[in-house]
Parts: sequence; structure tokens; C-alpha cells
Amino acid sequence: MKFELSPKVLMIVLVVLLALAPLVLKPYHITVLNYIGLYSMVAIGLVLLTGVGGLTSFGQAAFVGLGAYTTAVLTTASDLPGWLAWMGWSPWLSLVAGLIVTGTSAYLIGLVTLRLSGHFLPLGTIAWGISLYFLFGTMGLLGGHTGFGGIPPIAVFGYELRQGHQIFYLIWLFVLLAVITTLNLLDSREGRAIRALKGGMIMAEAMGVNTARSRMVIFVIASLLACASGWLYVHMQRFVNPTPFGIHMGIEYLFMAVLGGAAHVWGAIIGATVITVLKQWLQDILPAIFGQAGNFEVIFFGALLVLILHRARGGLWPILTSLTQRVVPVRAEQRQIDRNVEPLPSRELPSKGELLLDAREVTRRFGGLIACNRLSLEVRAGEILALIGPNGAGKSTMFNQVSGVDVPTSGKITFLGKDVTGKTSREIARMGMSRTFQHVKLLPTMSVIENVAIGAHLRGNRGVLSAAWRLDRQEEKRLLAEAAKQIERVGLGDYMFVEAGSLALGQQRIVEIARALTSDPCLLLLDEPAAGLRYKEKQALAELMRKLSAEGMGILLVEHDMDFVMGLVDRVVVMEFGEKISEGLPEEVQKDPAVLQAYLGGVE
Amino acid sequence: MDLQIALILGQDGITNGAIYALLALALVLVFAVTRVIFIPQGEFVAYGALTLAMIENGFFPATMWLLLGAGVVVTLADGVSAIRAGQSRKVVGIAGVNLIYPLLLLALVWSLPLRDLPLAVQVLLTLLIVVPMGPMMYRLVYQPIADAPVLVLLIMSIAAHVAMVGLGLVFFGPEGYRTSPFSNARFEIGPMFVTGQTIWVILSSLVFIVALALFFSKTIYGKALRATAINPNGARLMGISPMLAGKLTFFLAALIGALSGVLISPITTIYYDTGFLIGLKGFVAAIIGGLSSYPIAAAGALMVGLLESFSSFWASAYKEVIVFTLVIPVLVWRSLTTHHMEEEE
Repeated sequence: MKFELSPKVLMIVLVVLLALAPLVLKPYHITVLNYIGLYSMVAIGLVLLTGVGGLTSFGQAAFVGLGAYTTAVLTTASDLPGWLAWMGWSPWLSLVAGLIVTGTSAYLIGLVTLRLSGHFLPLGTIAWGISLYFLFGTMGLLGGHTGFGGIPPIAVFGYELRQGHQIFYLIWLFVLLAVITTLNLLDSREGRAIRALKGGMIMAEAMGVNTARSRMVIFVIASLLACASGWLYVHMQRFVNPTPFGIHMGIEYLFMAVLGGAAHVWGAIIGATVITVLKQWLQDILPAIFGQAGNFEVIFFGALLVLILHRARGGLWPILTSLTQRVVPVRAEQRQIDRNVEPLPSRELPSKGELLLDAREVTRRFGGLIACNRLSLEVRAGEILALIGPNGAGKSTMFNQVSGVDVPTSGKITFLGKDVTGKTSREIARMGMSRTFQHVKLLPTMSVIENVAIGAHLRGNRGVLSAAWRLDRQEEKRLLAEAAKQIERVGLGDYMFVEAGSLALGQQRIVEIARALTSDPCLLLLDEPAAGLRYKEKQALAELMRKLSAEGMGILLVEHDMDFVMGLVDRVVVMEFGEKISEGLPEEVQKDPAVLQAYLGGVE
Repeated sequence: MDLQIALILGQDGITNGAIYALLALALVLVFAVTRVIFIPQGEFVAYGALTLAMIENGFFPATMWLLLGAGVVVTLADGVSAIRAGQSRKVVGIAGVNLIYPLLLLALVWSLPLRDLPLAVQVLLTLLIVVPMGPMMYRLVYQPIADAPVLVLLIMSIAAHVAMVGLGLVFFGPEGYRTSPFSNARFEIGPMFVTGQTIWVILSSLVFIVALALFFSKTIYGKALRATAINPNGARLMGISPMLAGKLTFFLAALIGALSGVLISPITTIYYDTGFLIGLKGFVAAIIGGLSSYPIAAAGALMVGLLESFSSFWASAYKEVIVFTLVIPVLVWRSLTTHHMEEEE
């Protein structure tokens, strides 16, 4: 067996190195390490936001400032109003206060920007960062631009952290906690939802993920990490002024995250280290070169970032790991599926023949184009209904109306006896409808099992906090066991742990079916599932669908492969130019002159 | 506040608003055509103003070196790829635009008695130096990753912005400058005094906006840009090069930026880093227009200008805070009226 280090060993090595650092390094180096730690915390939040969630913020420095100023004001206030005086404001209490203030501001900013497309958040946070910076500088209570001192040190069990090497341990404890909780979070039910934000929002919503909420979660987490960094900073400096919380610093934090590798939590620390060390060095040499004082290092940071984004968009971390992997191989942790856990409870399927879906006179206009015109169809439990028609007939549009991805212009859609017209795809998914997409919507860099587990989102309820602290493991095992079961059911058991993007397109479609099944639906919508499959694979798929319908599931199918459709389905609805032209048993439809006209053209 | 003050503030607000309107139009244009959120727009304002200031004071404008440097890099990058593609003939054209032009301009600027030139020639020289940096910037920063997600392009913009601010400090030093006005005339209209410079700013903005409108509706290049903005792939299939569209857009954006700088520098003292705040106010206006509507953005710009001048009277310390928190209600309104969900790359 090849020699490989486990990630746990590396972690222990890192902790030991950090613990020894103050004993061997000079105070100057400890100060630099303290700054790296403080910056890393902010950068970790940005990794979560930018690299993982596909959002970004230039206002993180303002959140750092909020944390800093909250604690600075509270711990130095001598004349607190009577009703607050009893608390005496230890830094620990003011940390809580800072987190509340920061979290609330982030929530409010998120509320107004997160529903808009992604670039409004960074623009909103620039404005917020600048406003807050000016407020720090102009409010008399906050000491104006010169700031104020006299801030007490943090005490841990009565032991005051006055020196750099004392607070060093607290800073790096915070950093490690931030790293571990973030990594934990990303490897969980909520984490998968967060990772789907970048490029998979429509899919995630269709699987029941509240993407607006997930965006909010990461924005608030990022702001809280920034706040904690500000709190540590102020009690390290024992002095506060607005300069470190300006927009330029907000930009620098973003540079750290992007340079280190915006999709990797450890990359944040690499980025913070590179920028901090480089800045120290450049600030020493550049003013001498240019013959005047000023922040000339930004020229280099800007150019460096342009180069990195041109040449290696993933940042330094992936480069670094592929280099060190040759010297010190690190074992990739293989996920273990525990098959002995109690299976997830599943839905009571409606009895065979019961009406599941009833779409009445559904019309969808796009400007002048009528993609669907007064189309009606119904699907019963245990039935396979095929929706067929030439290209551009409006089949996928109809699918989107039914599954809540789109809202019909007029008409009514009833699912399980309830009116679901205009409901979001999330609400409809919760009721027991699940779907696949014509253009495969998988997250290509996530493994097959993680992709499929997104389907089980609504079958778990453990939240962000329990994920961060690993209190969700029992539920997580059950979710993954269910995902594994469905992957095996569709015949892709050998590919469970490979990246979804590495599969052939036909297999990716099957992964989508497994994901839909994992949500335990009573109605399954399949958009061209057989496209790109080989003959044997098609047979296996048909077999699976027969089995599902025998269990009582209703299936609505859009498909072009007539051999596949005619031998399999119970009923057929034929569409052309947005209208239904025929409906009935497969053999009836095949003889219908209108259908022959549509498919083969008229005979003169 | 009496009518007198209100009129003065209103005049200030409209003057600044006209500049913000120009910038907002450029920002909407750049975003529509290239999906770039053009943060460095403000640096072109500062570079324009400060280059003119240097020329006026008889110094050799340091931005000339940046033009030359960027030209050398573009020539190398494009030249190498042209030779690799076996199109060595193109190298002459590439070098002509990116290398010979800056060298000729350098020789010209070097030999002219800068301080004694008429203002119009000084302005022209400023534009000749600063504006070509726009397309060069597109070539060097954005073109290699033109297909990247909006987010990556935005981070690029920020990187370009900080680098340009840093270079601005190297070129112009930390002091601010104010250039001499285009006209010293003062008019008395009813109870209000109007300076010649104000009229210059407002009229130039109007003329430029009309010229842009004509450019987009009447010329083939303008139509090509509009086509690219509406449907980049369709435009590409019709033979409109996205590269050309990008460079042309950045040329216009740089022109608008430098021109705004030249117009505003007799009114406001410009420092090497002032451009950012000015550009951001253009952004506030562009956001009001949802980064897509030109008329709403222009109206928003006037509102920003007025809000700024009136708040500088009532609460001068909080001027910037008030202007930038204006985006919050705008974003609230936008987020309440947007319902569809879009997939971002």
C-alpha cells in the first residue's frame, strides 16, 4: 500500500505547529501571524459567499468595523444607562452584542439585495461599506477619524490576553473553529443546498431548497465571521479608528479569498497569508522606489489578481495541493455509506387510479408567442402518460408550468386535489412532485451521491447550526443511505463517488432520475430521460418505470423515442404548435390522421 | 434656506447630475455589451482631469508612460498570437495602433510648449492620451476571460480599479488639482447667477447624450453594439466580433470618463482617488435604472446630483452617507418588483 497521510494527521500537525509558534518566533512574526489569522476569518466568510455560493461582497470590512466599534464603545462606556450598567460589559458580552448587531445588519442588507440578480449584492455592499466608513469617521460618539483607545483586553477565565503571543492562541482558535465549522457545514444537507447556489438554483428550488434562504444564510455567516475578526482585532490593538474598515480593506479581503482559491476554505488562509506577507514587504520597498509615501502595493495586488484570474481561475490552493500531493500524498477520505440505519420514512402513495395531476386549459404566452394553448391533461396514480410532439411543440414549456418553474398565463393546475397554479416549484416539490430536466442540471464537480442527496433535501430537517457542529450525523447517514439506494436502483452503483460531470450524458440523465426518486415523489416528471441511452440502458429504464408505476407512482414523460414510448406507456397526449392534437391509447394515437399529419407531413 | 440658496444648490446639483448621467450611460452601455461592471470608470475621470491639470501646469503628463507601456504589452500579446496564427502581416497594423501611435503622441507632447497651448488643444491632447487606454484595458484585462461569469468580471474590474488608483498616485502625487474653467463668463438669469462652466457642463453632456443616441440609432457600429447587447450569440453569428464590440464599448466608456473629468475639474478639486466616488455615484444612478434603462439612469443621475448638493447644505458631514444609502430604497423597490429567478453562471 502506498504511503498516504490522512487529513486528520495533517490537522494535528498544523495545530501543534501553531501551538509551538509563539515559543520559537519573534514578536514581530507573531504579530504578522495574528493579522493573518484575523484576515483569514473574514476571507473564510468570503470563500463561503463567493467561491461556494457565487455571490460576493465588498462590504466585509464594514462588518469587521461593526464588530470592532460595538465592542469598543460598549467596553469603554463609563456612563451606561442605568438599565444596562449591571452587565458591566465584559468583552465577551460585547462580542454577543456585536454579533447581534452585525447579523441584523447583514440580514437587512440581504433582504433588499439577495432577491435581485447576483451583481446587486456587491454593488449594494460597496455603498453600505462606504456609508458605514463615513459614519465611523463622522460620529462624535465614535471618536471621529482619530478614533479612541483605552479598550480593555479580553480575559479568559480571569487571565488577561495583553500581549501579542497571548491573544495569538485565541485568534487561531477562532480561525480553526471557523475552518472546521465551515467544512462541516458544507458537507451536510444545508451545505449541499448552499453549494447548489452557484449554477443550480432552478434545480435546487425544484428539489425543495429555499435558495433565497440559503443565500441569506451564507451572507449572515460571512458577516458574523467578519464581526468576530473585528472584535479580536480591537481587543488586540486596544484602540480603534475607521481606517481599517474602509472600502479598500473590503476589496483586499476579497482579493485574499480569490487569490487563495475562492472555492476552498483552506485557500482563504493561503490568500490571507500571501497578501499580508506581500503587503509588509512591498510597503517596505515601494515607497523608496517611488520616492514618496503611499499605498503602492495595490498596483501589484491588482496586477497579480488579473494574472491569477487569467491563468488559474481556481486560485493558489488547487495549484498548491497538486504540487504537495507529489511530495506528501494525502488520502482522499472515502465516504462510508451506512446501510444499517433506519430508512427515511416514505410517503403513503395514493391508491392506483386516483387522480394526481389535473391541468385544465393551461396557456403560456411569451410575448406574441403562444407556447402552450389551452392544454389539458391528467395523470392518475400508477399510470405512465407520455407527452409527445415535434420539436418546439411546447412540451418542456408545459412541464415547467406543471412543476412550478414557470407560471401559466391562464388556466388551472390541480395536484392531489389542491390548486397549485402559481405556486413555487419548492411548494409543489414538497407536495410530492419531482422532475428531471431536459438540459441536465447536475452540479458537475460534486459527486453523484451528493447530487442525488439534494433530492432528499425535504426529507431532512437538520439546520445550519447542527450541521456546523456535527449534530446532524444520524440524519445525514439516513439521507445518504437513501441516495445510495436510489443510485443502485437506477443501476449506477459503480459511479456513486465519481464527479457527476465525468459521466456520459445519458448516465447524467439517469442520475437526475435517481435524484428525483430520492425526494420520494408520488408523481414523477421525466423530460426526455432516454435521450443518449444505449438500447440495453433504455430497456433497463423502461423496466424501472414499469416497476415504479406498478408501485403506484404516476409518471408524466416527455420523449422523442417512439419505440421506447409506444411499448411502455398507458396513454399518450400529442402536442403540436402548443396545442393538443390527439390523446388516447398508444395504438389509437398512432393511427390518428392528425398525428400522422404532424409527424410525417400531409399527403397531397 | 431661501430661494437664492435653493437656486444655487439646484444649479450645483444639476451640473454634477449631468456628469453622473454621462457616467451612468457609459456604465449601462458597458454592462449591456460586455457584462462587465465597470468600476474603473471613475479612474478615467480622474486620469482625464489630472492629465489636463499636468498639461496646464506645463508638466509632461505621466499618463503618457502608461499609454506607452500598455501599448507595448498589447503589441506583444497580439503580435505573438498573430504570428502563431500565421498572420504575420497583421503585426504591422497591431504595432501601428498600439506602439507607433503612442510613440508619435509622445514625441508630439514632448515637443509642444504645453503650458502655452490654447485650452481646446490641451483638452484634445488629454483625450488623445487617456481614451486609447480604454480599448487597451479591455484587451489586457477582460478579453482573455470575456466568457467568464459576471462575478469574475466584476472582481477583474475591482483589480483593475485598485491598480489604476495606485498608478494614479504614482503619476499625479497626493495633491489635488483644479483646472482653469472653459469660460469665465457669468450670466444673471432672474435671481440666479449662472457660471459659464456650468453651461459648458450641461450643454456638453446634452450634446454628448444626443450624439450617443444618434450613434446607436444611425450608424452601423452603433447598431452592432446594440445587437451585441441584446443577443451576443446572435450578433456573433451575424459577423459582429465580440472583441470589436468590447473594444469599441471601452473606447466610448473611456471617452465619456475622460471628458467628464475634463468638464468637472474646473468645478471640483480632483485627487488621484476622487474618481472612485464620482464613478460610484454614476453607479447609483445606473442601479436606479436597473443597469439596463438609459433614460431612468439619466433621471437617477440628476436625482443623485440634487440629493448630493442639498444634503451638503443640510448635513455636509453625512453627504456621502445620504447619497449612498439612496441605493437601499432603490434596491428595495427593485427587489419587490422583480419576481423571476435567474440562473447565474
